[in-house]
Amino acid sequence: MAINGAAAELNIVVDDQRVRVAAGTTVAAALFNLGTAAFRRSVSGEPRGPVCGMGVCFECRVTIDSRPHQRACLIAVVDGMHIRTATEA
Amino acid sequence: MMAPLAGTDATLIVADVAIVGAGPAGIAAAVRAAESRLRVVVLDRGLETGGQIWRHMSGSPVPRIAQHWIAQLSRSGAQVIHGTSVVDVQHEDAEFEILADSSGSALRVRAGRIILATGARELFIPFDGWTLPGVMGIGGAQALLKSGASFAGKRVIVAGSGPLMLPVAASLATSGAKLILVAEQARRSAVMRFAAGLWRSPALVAQAARYRSRFLSTSYSTGTWVTAAHGADRLESVTVTDGRRTWREAVDVLCTGYGLVPNVELARLLGCETRDGAIAVDAQQRTTVANVLAVGEATGIGGAPLSLIEGEIAGSSVSPRGRVSDALLRKRAALEIAARRMLDAFALRQELRSLPTAGTIVCRCEDVSYGAVKDAACARQAKLYTRVGMGPCQGRTCMPGLDFLLAWQPDTVRPPIEPALVSVLSSELADDAAASILFNSSVGEAYQ
Amino acid sequence: MTAHHDAVVVGAGIVGAACAEALSRSGMSVLVLDASFAGSGTTAAGMGHLVVMDDSPAQLALTAYSGRLWAALAPELPRNVEHEACGTLWVAEDDEQLEAVRAKQSVYADSGVATEILSPAQLAEAEPHLRPGLAGALLVRGDAVIYPPNGARALLQRAITNGASLREGVRVDAIGAREVIAGNERISCDCVINAAGALAPELTPGIPIVPRKGHLVITDRYPGFCRHQLVELGYLTSAHTMTTESVAFNVQPRATGQMLIGSSRELVGWDGSINRSIVRRMLDRALDFMPGLALASAIRTWTGFRPTTPDKLPLIGSWDEMPGLWIAAGHEGLGITTSVGTGQLLADLITGRTPAIDPAPFAPSRVLAGVGAH
Repeated sequence: MAINGAAAELNIVVDDQRVRVAAGTTVAAALFNLGTAAFRRSVSGEPRGPVCGMGVCFECRVTIDSRPHQRACLIAVVDGMHIRTATEA
Repeated sequence: MMAPLAGTDATLIVADVAIVGAGPAGIAAAVRAAESRLRVVVLDRGLETGGQIWRHMSGSPVPRIAQHWIAQLSRSGAQVIHGTSVVDVQHEDAEFEILADSSGSALRVRAGRIILATGARELFIPFDGWTLPGVMGIGGAQALLKSGASFAGKRVIVAGSGPLMLPVAASLATSGAKLILVAEQARRSAVMRFAAGLWRSPALVAQAARYRSRFLSTSYSTGTWVTAAHGADRLESVTVTDGRRTWREAVDVLCTGYGLVPNVELARLLGCETRDGAIAVDAQQRTTVANVLAVGEATGIGGAPLSLIEGEIAGSSVSPRGRVSDALLRKRAALEIAARRMLDAFALRQELRSLPTAGTIVCRCEDVSYGAVKDAACARQAKLYTRVGMGPCQGRTCMPGLDFLLAWQPDTVRPPIEPALVSVLSSELADDAAASILFNSSVGEAYQ
Repeated sequence: MTAHHDAVVVGAGIVGAACAEALSRSGMSVLVLDASFAGSGTTAAGMGHLVVMDDSPAQLALTAYSGRLWAALAPELPRNVEHEACGTLWVAEDDEQLEAVRAKQSVYADSGVATEILSPAQLAEAEPHLRPGLAGALLVRGDAVIYPPNGARALLQRAITNGASLREGVRVDAIGAREVIAGNERISCDCVINAAGALAPELTPGIPIVPRKGHLVITDRYPGFCRHQLVELGYLTSAHTMTTESVAFNVQPRATGQMLIGSSRELVGWDGSINRSIVRRMLDRALDFMPGLALASAIRTWTGFRPTTPDKLPLIGSWDEMPGLWIAAGHEGLGITTSVGTGQLLADLITGRTPAIDPAPFAPSRVLAGVGAH
C-alpha cells in the first residue's frame, strides 16, 4: 500500500466535523494530528488515547462507520470514513 | 480484503509453511523457505510488511536493509496477508489449522509447519497519571510517527529503559519534536559498562552514536525516571527523579516503556515451552512442539539483525535442501551474547517497584487500581475478584508490569488469543472447501 | 488446632458461602474451609443467573423460593456483586413453543411467580436485536443476574460478620464422624457440611455427582444490545437430558455491558479444554436468535463443571451413613440461583425448624435408596 510522491488528502468526518487528512496514515495518526486527546472513555469515564501503537493495548478504540471498538492504530484512513471518538463506556 | 468462497463462511489457504508475523524474522524465514519452492503464507496484523521496527507508511524512510528484504519477499512467491490476527490454532492429524480474523472475515490456514515470528511488545510499569492521553509507549510513539503522526513542535520526553529508547528519541528529534529529556532508569555505571563492552561490535557503537547525534542538544540522563504524569484531560507535565532530587517538566508527550516482552501467547496455545518468558528454541529454531519453529524477538529480545539471522535459519531449516552456513551460525552466537549483555545492563531497578500508588490504575481495560490487587493471594484470585486482566487486551498491557511488581505467573492460554468477531469464531469450512489461494505453479512441491 | 465449631463447611463456593451465612445467622459457630480461595471453582465459571426454572416441581419450588430470598438480599449486596434485575425472556420460536410458554406461565403462577406473555411485537420492542419471526416470549421480571465470585464473597462476609471464620488454602482430606481432617489437623464439630460441589464425591464416596462441562463466551461491551437474559425453551431439554453433548441458546447482559453467551453441556470427565466444535455450535445457535451478535467482539472463552446428579436435583440434607454429615451439593446449572435457598433449607433442617419448602425431594437418602436414578 505504498503511495509515493505528493501527499494526497482525504475527506473524513470526525465527531460530526468534516476534516481533510493526509492519505496513507492510520486513523490513530490522523486523530493524533487533529489534536484528539480522548479517543475513548475508560469504564470509569477517563479519557484515553493510543499507547502501544500496535494493536495490543486496545486504548485507541474508536467507532468507525458505526462499528464500535475499532483499533485506530490498525486501520488506514479511507475517504468518506465517519469516526466517532470518546464514546466507549 | 479476502472474500469468502461462496457457500462457506471462511476462506481456506493451504500451504506448506505458515508464518505468523511479517517483521524482520518472519520476512527472512519466508524468503528462505520460499527459496525451496515451498508454499509459504505469512500472516500479519499490521497494514504493511515490516513489523514494528521496519514500519513504513507512505513517506517515512525505510532502512536499506529493510528495503532489501522486503523486495526479496515480494519476489519470493510467499503470500503475505495483512490485517490478519491469529485467534486460534489446532493440530489436525499431521497438519495445523490456524483460524484468523482477516479484515473482519474468517480465514483458515492449513500448513504442515508453523514458524512463529510474533515479535514483542513493550513492558509498561504503571504510575500515577500514566493513563492520560499523551502518555504512550516508546514503541508506541515510533509506531504513530511511522504511520503518519506528527510530533513536530511538541515537547516530548522519552523515559524508561531498553533498546527502543535511542532510535525512537532520534526519530522524534529528527521529525521536529522538541525533545526535552531522554531518561534511562539504569545506573550510569551499568550503561558505561555496557558501552565499554561494545568495542566488540563497532557497528553497534556507530549506530548508537548516529542515534545520539540526532538529539545532541537534549540531555540523556541515566539513573533517572518519571514517577508521575499530570494533567486535566491530557498530559501537561511529568515529575522526574534521579533518586535524589525530583523536579517537574512541562510536556505534551511522554514516551515511556521499560523494555520488551516476547509475544508468546500463540506459542503457549500450541503447547510450546517457554523459558524466561520467551519461546524456547534449539539451534535450528525449533520449539518443543514438532513442526513448530520460532524466530525473532519472541524467542528472546535481541534486535533486528539477530531476528533476520534466526529467520534465515528457520526458513532454511524447514526446507528440504536448506543449508545454514557456519558464518550465519557464528553471527547468531555473537548477537545472542550481545543481546544478553544488553538485557543485563538495562535490568530494571528496585525503585521502580514503588512506582504505582494504591490509586494507580494497573488494568486499563477494566480500570482496576493497584490497591485492589496488590494483596491478592494470586493472580487468578485478583482476576476473579476485580477483573484485572479480563479485558480485551487479555492482560497483555498489565500482566508483564504486574509480574514485575508482584511476581504474578501467567494464566493458561485459551482461544481466542485475541478478541475475535463472533462470526469468525463460529465460522466453519464446507466439507469440500477448496483452497482459495493458489500458489504460483512453479512453487508448490510438497514437502516430503 | 483443636478449637471446636458448631459447623464446618467444606467448600467456599456460592453454596458453601450461603450455608455459612444461614448457619451463622442461626447462631451457630461456623468455620468455612476451601482448598483454594472463595468462589474459585464452579462458582467462578458460571453465568451468574438467578432464574426460576421448572424442569420439575421440586426445582420450581427451590428456584422460586431462592429467588425470593435473593430479591430480599439484593439491596444489601455490595456493588461488586453487580446484581442486575434484568429479568428473563423464554423465547418461543413457533406456535408449538408458544403453547409451551402458556403452560409455563400457568405452572409458574401456581408457585407464585408472576410472568407476562409478550407478543411478537412486544418482544421486538423489548429486545430489538432478536431476529424477526419469533412467536413471542415469557417474561419473568423477577429474575436477575449477579457476578458469582463476588456473590460468594458477599455471603461469606455476612457470615463473618455473624462470627464465622474462613480459612482458604486449606484442603480437607477426609470427613469423619463430626470432624474433618486437613493435613495434620483434626477439626472437630457438631456438623460437617459437604459443599464441595463437583468434588463432593471425593470426600463422601457414594454421592452420585458427576462433572458436566459447560462453555461460555464473553463479548466486549455493547451496552443496551441485550436488556434481558434470553433463553430458548430448548434449554430445559438440554439441561434435563444426559446426552453426550448439547447446546442451548442463553445470552445474558452483564452490568458491564458485556454479553455472556452460553450454553453447552457435555460429559467428558474433567477435561476443561475448549472444544471448538461445541463453541461453534453454541455461537451458531446464538446467531440464530440474535444475528447482530456476528459483529460482536468475543474476548474470552472458558469452561466450568456443573455438579450434576441423576435426577438434576441437588442433595440438601443429612447423610445418614456418617454421623454429623450434611450435604449441600449437586446443583447442576442452578448453583447461583438456589444457593441462598439451599443455605436456608439446610439451616432449617439442622436447627430443627420447619423449612419453607418441602425438603423431601432433595434428601440425600434418596440416592442411597436408588431413588432418582435417571
